[in-house]
Amino acid sequence: MSHDAAAATIHGLMAEFDDPKALVHAAEKARLAGYKHLDAYTPIPVEELEEALGLRRTRLPIAVFIGGVCGGLGGFALEYWTQAIAYPMNIGGRPYNSWPQFIPVVFELTVLGSALTAFVGMWALNKLPQPYHPVFNVPEFARASTDRFFLCIEATDPRFDPGGTKQFLEGLRPLGVSEVAP
Amino acid sequence: MADHQFAQSPAGAQAERDLLARTPHVITPGHTYETITETISHVVMSKRTPLGWFLGFGIAFILLMILNMTIGNLLLTGIGIWGNNIPVGWAFDIINFVWWIGIGHAGTLISAILLLFRQQWRTSINRFAEAMTLFAVACAAMFPLLHTGRPWLAIYWLFPYPNVMGLWPQFRSPLIWDVFAVSTYGTVSALFWFTGLVPDMATLRDRAKSRAAQTIYGMLSLGWRGSAKHWQRYETAYLLLAGISTPLVLSVHSVVSFDFAVSVLPGWHATIFPPYFVAGAIYSGFAMVMTLAIPLRKFYGLEDFITMRHIHNMTKVMLATGMIVAYGYANEAFFSWFSGNPYEAYMMYNRMAGPYAVFYWSLISINAVMIQLFWFRSVRDNIPLLFVLSLFVNVGMWLERFIIIVTSLHRDFLPSSWDMYAPTRWDFGMFAGTIGLFLALFFLFIRFLPAIAIFEMRTLVEPEPSERPGAV
Repeated sequence: MSHDAAAATIHGLMAEFDDPKALVHAAEKARLAGYKHLDAYTPIPVEELEEALGLRRTRLPIAVFIGGVCGGLGGFALEYWTQAIAYPMNIGGRPYNSWPQFIPVVFELTVLGSALTAFVGMWALNKLPQPYHPVFNVPEFARASTDRFFLCIEATDPRFDPGGTKQFLEGLRPLGVSEVAP
Repeated sequence: MADHQFAQSPAGAQAERDLLARTPHVITPGHTYETITETISHVVMSKRTPLGWFLGFGIAFILLMILNMTIGNLLLTGIGIWGNNIPVGWAFDIINFVWWIGIGHAGTLISAILLLFRQQWRTSINRFAEAMTLFAVACAAMFPLLHTGRPWLAIYWLFPYPNVMGLWPQFRSPLIWDVFAVSTYGTVSALFWFTGLVPDMATLRDRAKSRAAQTIYGMLSLGWRGSAKHWQRYETAYLLLAGISTPLVLSVHSVVSFDFAVSVLPGWHATIFPPYFVAGAIYSGFAMVMTLAIPLRKFYGLEDFITMRHIHNMTKVMLATGMIVAYGYANEAFFSWFSGNPYEAYMMYNRMAGPYAVFYWSLISINAVMIQLFWFRSVRDNIPLLFVLSLFVNVGMWLERFIIIVTSLHRDFLPSSWDMYAPTRWDFGMFAGTIGLFLALFFLFIRFLPAIAIFEMRTLVEPEPSERPGAV
């Protein structure tokens, strides 16, 4: 994205707010102004930001469902194969495929499959762990995990222009606007 | 929260005001994001470790060393050092296993089920209750594992892996269901707990002064930066994990109860077992949460976050689940008579008037009689008394497992094989040792990790309207 000289030297511009409502309002304005590459950073989950930033719904639940189904089917396959094929044993005259007694393990492995998918999937979709990110270069950002709310318009945005975007962000009445080193 | 319809008449409005005035807050008013973060993270970030911490950890450490000694002797000598022998083939090892697993259940109930029911008061106690779950599961798992005597040779009974003997676990056995239930439970609890910790690790990373703390908390935070896109998936995953954990926690103690209920032994073979065990688990778990929360809030000045509201609610949950457990006892007694089966009837007679009767009546007096005190508000307000009562509930639930296991086994169908059971000092050593392990882990946890979920507590703050002009 080197169509703009500034874009190569900074990650973006970041405005700082001190309460979630102001941030949601600012995010909404930025989206309406046509900015697409933006993100907000908050110390608490703010539900309204999803709409304000126009975030799409996550695909995680589908992945978790598939993980659960695979866990359950895998569990049943394990039980059927070991009890009926690999080493069939007659236990009290019960059929080799005594499926009612297989239910608890199938259930537990369904749970395990879906929980592992939820955990691994969430971090993978979030691309975490990520040891370095430009936003940490802003000294004020240390308070993003306590009581400050940030809106960052990234330099990759087609509408980004160092002067104009800065002016736009200042118009949202933040506590301050900082440049984010890449 | 008071019902809205309640307020339609003037008398109703007055009643609602009275009710609200009498209901303590979930969080003491006046806290801001900063004060919450500071109060909770101070416990971890402070350079000075309180003397009381060293004292408590020291005691736990001594008990932990007893555990090491017991395990050492067990592995060198064999499980003959324990008191259990035919006909009582299962004793302290399964009693303590069920007791610890049960304690863990309250942690998952608080973190998952109360989350789904949108119970705000869960927020301040869920983190350490989940930690309690993890540590309790670790203690529990030790008993069946060491009961195999040579755990490193015995895993082919427990886990299905291709071994040179071509053997597979017996999936028709409740003991194998138990292995899967408990290992899934331990894994899911750990994932849930770690997921909840990540945003708080980022807070500690940003507040840490020393390079070492910044690095360690930084790595544990996975580079969390509070991005809105991340929060969206995070909240979805958290809710899904809660939804998954809810049936899981109910299944785990049901499966534990199958260890008994699927057998044909009088005193074990009862269909009431799964719900009765689950209620007992939650009951004992809340007692343990109370036992831990009362000193924790006192010594670390967390009374603003763990308020009387929490104490009251926990007492009420204990009352409700305790009554279900008491119903279970009544049901067992009724069916031993109603079944018309002489072995069942003798089992109950033996519990009530046999050699272990004193334990049976202690258990009834704690779990059915003593808990009636929780009906009284004056008791629910009396914190020292509640601390003592919660310890009694822990004892009562331990006695329940002792009665179920030992009295059913020691006199069954064939009088010629009746015998008595008595634990040895190694039994007591191992039990005391796991208490040491549990407490040692808990002391380390409150020193190095935030005992209350900081980011979730922040969501309880109503931010003051901004005073800057133009800000919305």
